[in-house]
Amino acid sequence: MKILLKRIEKKDYRGTLEEYLQEGGYEALRKTLEMEPSGVIAEVKRSGLVGRGGAGFPTGLKWELTAKVPDSPKYVVCNADEGEPGTFKDRIIMERDPHLLLEGMMICGYAIGARQGYIYVRGEYTESYRRLEAAIQEARERHLLGEKIQGTDFSFDIYLYKGAGAYVCGEETALLDSLEGKRGEARLRPPYPATSGFRGKPTVVNNVETLSCIPAIILNGGEWYSKIGSEGSPGTKLYCLSGDVRNPGVYELPTDVTLEELVSEYGRGVEGGAKAALTGGISGGLLTPEQFKVTLDYKSMLKAGTGLGSGAIIMLNQRRCMVDVALRCLEFFEHESCGKCAPCREGTKRARELLQKIRRGNGDSASLELLLELQRVMYDTCICGLGQSALNVTKACIERFKGEFEEHLRGRCVVGVCGHD
Amino acid sequence: MGRQALLPCLHLIQEKLGCVTPEAATLVAKKLGLSRGEVFSVASFYGMFSREREGKFVIRVCVSLPCYLKGAREILQYLQGELGVKPGQTTPDGLFTLKETSCLGFCDGAPAVMVNDKTYGRVTVDKMKEILQQCREKA
Amino acid sequence: MTELVKLTIDGYEVEVPAGTTILEAAKKLNIKIPTLCYREGLEPYGACRVCVVEIEGRPRLEPACATPVAPGMKVKTRSARVRRARRMILELLLSNGHQDCTTCEKAEDCELRQLAYELGVREIRFEGERYNYPIDTSSPSIVFDPNRCILCGRCVRTCREVQSVEAIKLTDRGRNTRVMTFFDWGLGNVECTACGQCVLACPTGALRERNDIEEVWKALEDPDKFVVVQTAPAIRAALGEEFNLPPGTSVTGKMAAALRRLGFDRVFDTQFGADLTIVEEAHELIERIQKGGKLPMTTSCSPAWVKYFEHFFPEVLEHMSTCKSPQQMFGAVAKTYYAEKLGIKPEDMVVVSIMPCTAKKFEAKRPEMKASGVYDVDVVLTTREFARMVKEAGIDFASLPEEEFDEPLGISTGAAVIFGVTGGVMEAALRTAYEIVTGKPLEKVEFKQVRGFEGIRTASIDFNGTQVRVAVAHGLANARVLMEEVRDGRSPYHFIEVMACPGGCLGGGGQPIPTDMEIRKKRAACLYSEDERKVVRKSHENPAIKKLYEEYLGRPGSEKAHHLLHTTYTSRGRY
Repeated sequence: MKILLKRIEKKDYRGTLEEYLQEGGYEALRKTLEMEPSGVIAEVKRSGLVGRGGAGFPTGLKWELTAKVPDSPKYVVCNADEGEPGTFKDRIIMERDPHLLLEGMMICGYAIGARQGYIYVRGEYTESYRRLEAAIQEARERHLLGEKIQGTDFSFDIYLYKGAGAYVCGEETALLDSLEGKRGEARLRPPYPATSGFRGKPTVVNNVETLSCIPAIILNGGEWYSKIGSEGSPGTKLYCLSGDVRNPGVYELPTDVTLEELVSEYGRGVEGGAKAALTGGISGGLLTPEQFKVTLDYKSMLKAGTGLGSGAIIMLNQRRCMVDVALRCLEFFEHESCGKCAPCREGTKRARELLQKIRRGNGDSASLELLLELQRVMYDTCICGLGQSALNVTKACIERFKGEFEEHLRGRCVVGVCGHD
Repeated sequence: MGRQALLPCLHLIQEKLGCVTPEAATLVAKKLGLSRGEVFSVASFYGMFSREREGKFVIRVCVSLPCYLKGAREILQYLQGELGVKPGQTTPDGLFTLKETSCLGFCDGAPAVMVNDKTYGRVTVDKMKEILQQCREKA
Repeated sequence: MTELVKLTIDGYEVEVPAGTTILEAAKKLNIKIPTLCYREGLEPYGACRVCVVEIEGRPRLEPACATPVAPGMKVKTRSARVRRARRMILELLLSNGHQDCTTCEKAEDCELRQLAYELGVREIRFEGERYNYPIDTSSPSIVFDPNRCILCGRCVRTCREVQSVEAIKLTDRGRNTRVMTFFDWGLGNVECTACGQCVLACPTGALRERNDIEEVWKALEDPDKFVVVQTAPAIRAALGEEFNLPPGTSVTGKMAAALRRLGFDRVFDTQFGADLTIVEEAHELIERIQKGGKLPMTTSCSPAWVKYFEHFFPEVLEHMSTCKSPQQMFGAVAKTYYAEKLGIKPEDMVVVSIMPCTAKKFEAKRPEMKASGVYDVDVVLTTREFARMVKEAGIDFASLPEEEFDEPLGISTGAAVIFGVTGGVMEAALRTAYEIVTGKPLEKVEFKQVRGFEGIRTASIDFNGTQVRVAVAHGLANARVLMEEVRDGRSPYHFIEVMACPGGCLGGGGQPIPTDMEIRKKRAACLYSEDERKVVRKSHENPAIKKLYEEYLGRPGSEKAHHLLHTTYTSRGRY
């Protein structure tokens, strides 16, 4: 069952407007323009689609809340700042089937009453930017974007915006600030973007993948979509496998697939034997092999003590040192913290220092306790998801691989990786 | 509209000058009706804008976990030795700037390295040698 | 009618209007939730996370300063979870500095140190890299030490929201975030007006005034120097706070006594200079009105305001009065008129001024301020520096007797006292201008229309049939509003008073910390009372001023007056 990669996996498909139209593209838009905006929202709600960027918020509800706010103009903002390590699915869509994203955005714009949409593309995705630019141009020429689309009263246009190298801008409020030409700092909530988003106006911020699911939902109906995959978070999901897995890549599967299936059937197993799977990139947590039978949907993953997040899964084999892995994750968050709130700015730095000491063999047991306490405080007090989840992997590693950490306290790396710097 | 043009302007400046200079920042501030302090504040936030002039070729080696697992460190060490600079520095001849970068979104082709606008996957030391050679020929 | 919301905080019920933050609601219950990045008068920033509280039903802790109340909300401000979070955040903030609190100039006023103590922080468990930044000493008024900075953003937000200057900003990202000027050029090299509101806003010792106390000791201990001191009006209404006296206590007499004990050869009063400023400025205004000069005319006694004007509205600098400030007029008169009377050379006289202001340090060293041939004012100390000097000298301030200023430069009127409060210069000028223009004595000397704390106040004063339209602004963001009208040629006023600091000089960058709205109001009340107690309340009736003109200056606006008491400005621009 392929919804998102359906066209991409066809040989020679290049994602031009002609090809997209040939494959049934913009049929959903045509259907949308004959519906009431509230009907479109109802269909999306019926589908049970939840955000595919990482937060897993019900998409239809988000659209409804925004549509209801008595303020204008309204905006659709596509979060294409894909930056979670291990995630590379949005790039595939933007590079290989950009019109799918555009169509999804247009439908969203129609549903919430927006006239403008922005795609915030991370600065490093130069190819995605180029392909989207070309696609937008094609769409404008064909009157699929601009004034009075296809002869209706619906006017909508999409603008591209290039990010400039900041992972935190993938956080929706930091993204909005960046889009406004400011530093990408997370905002205080309330108010939420639905009420006060871009330029203080009602805004839907949706991930690339989320918006790309919309055309199929409109064409086949929300009920059809709701029956695919897991009940809590239905549909198909683009899972990104990387790390020590034999066959890394993007795999579109229904959300009731298990991690075991994904890794062994599609990933062809882990070279060197699986030790752990980091889920949600480096922001979710981890699963050990006895847990691999978990279903890869948002609720089940939470129950298993981790998070699905962006759907990125980084596999680690038996030769990996969990202290080392945790340290690499901390270095990332320390570098990417926006710096606004004290617990994140200082906490990521101090956590990295503590873990560095432990990795070198200079730590003490108090450091482990301190790290766990820091994780709790950061979860409790940081403004945004970056700080709140920065120490998730560290906590999981300490708790689930305690032995390795304790050996490090005694100056020994169990797998023999550390100590060569 | 003025303020929203800031990042696009900074991208242009970085592209043309290799860095954001005080003069360029002041010009942007004037044009957009912003204080120059604000322009500096915004520019300094983002990793793709620099205050020091970058080389003709900016080499960004991804050091996030998936690439780290697949040998990013070796690539980095090779480049440090070959170019004689540390991450963040530019070669004296102004050709190469070496940088560590966060996940480039090419994890299934780890380790990934970005040179100016192009991202290479499955980079090995040999492949890196080739890329450097191509750059030198282009210069 | 705003609806009321009932909620429970720490088990106690409270009812507040909708939109109130948890922080404000708690205050009604006399619960003081600790804060660091929150500051009265600024938009909530929610970055320090020290004010976090536990709200039933919410998964994480929320910042009280930025979270509005909701009906039935149940808040806990001191659960174990909250206390642990607060302590850890403080530990994290403290771990960056060099923990050299014992030798820090702002030790007494440091909110960080106080919070750490109150919240029970007795160890700092994080031992890692510490800040090692260079200290910015490029400004003659303000020193910035990034090693003490906790990135609360209060200075940056004040500079933008209250002053609309934007000289300092948050730069870089994450662990490298710093408060910085444009390309780190330094406060002395950018549009910083030296107003010092950032110093008042800073909860730690990161931003402080430049310490010039040693220079004063040196002068006092130099047998060859004749050292004269002048004190601004705003000092006497606030100095007592540095000695644990309640805000608004008038300490004029004790201040004079303390200065005498420190060893100054003459204890004079900037208020004399203020009266002189009024006489000159009133005449200048009247001349401009009658002879078609540039209107509106603005006051020029606030040096941060003058620098602001020079940076942001240089194209219309002709609108500023050419009068020097009271501090500078005093200095010029002291080193010429008075020095001659004593038979002293200007270079052997040292003029020290005690100011509520940080920008006065900059003003004193402006190249134009050398009417006597040397710097007319040699050293400026802020109220805070002065207090520290008194403490170092071992003088028990609160027990001092009431003493008088020396004559003649210590004689002043009620009009001069109110220079320290927003609207005061305007009122003082009106008292004199009215009598000159109408030829009639004022029955009531108060001009209450120009008093108050609203950011911009306007009035139309009837001068015997002629309407004189005036405006008063305090805080530079408010001044900007009036100046944009001037720049665009649509200002309806004849005369505009601007004071760079909220509240006027009584809220100046050199005043005791804390300075908040309540304290500003008390200091203002003190000054207005002192004006009422004075017998002579109009500047032109100051006998010492009258004698100065008779003996030395001739008449207001004379050539000598111009040479000594008027100045020129520099077009600086903001780019």
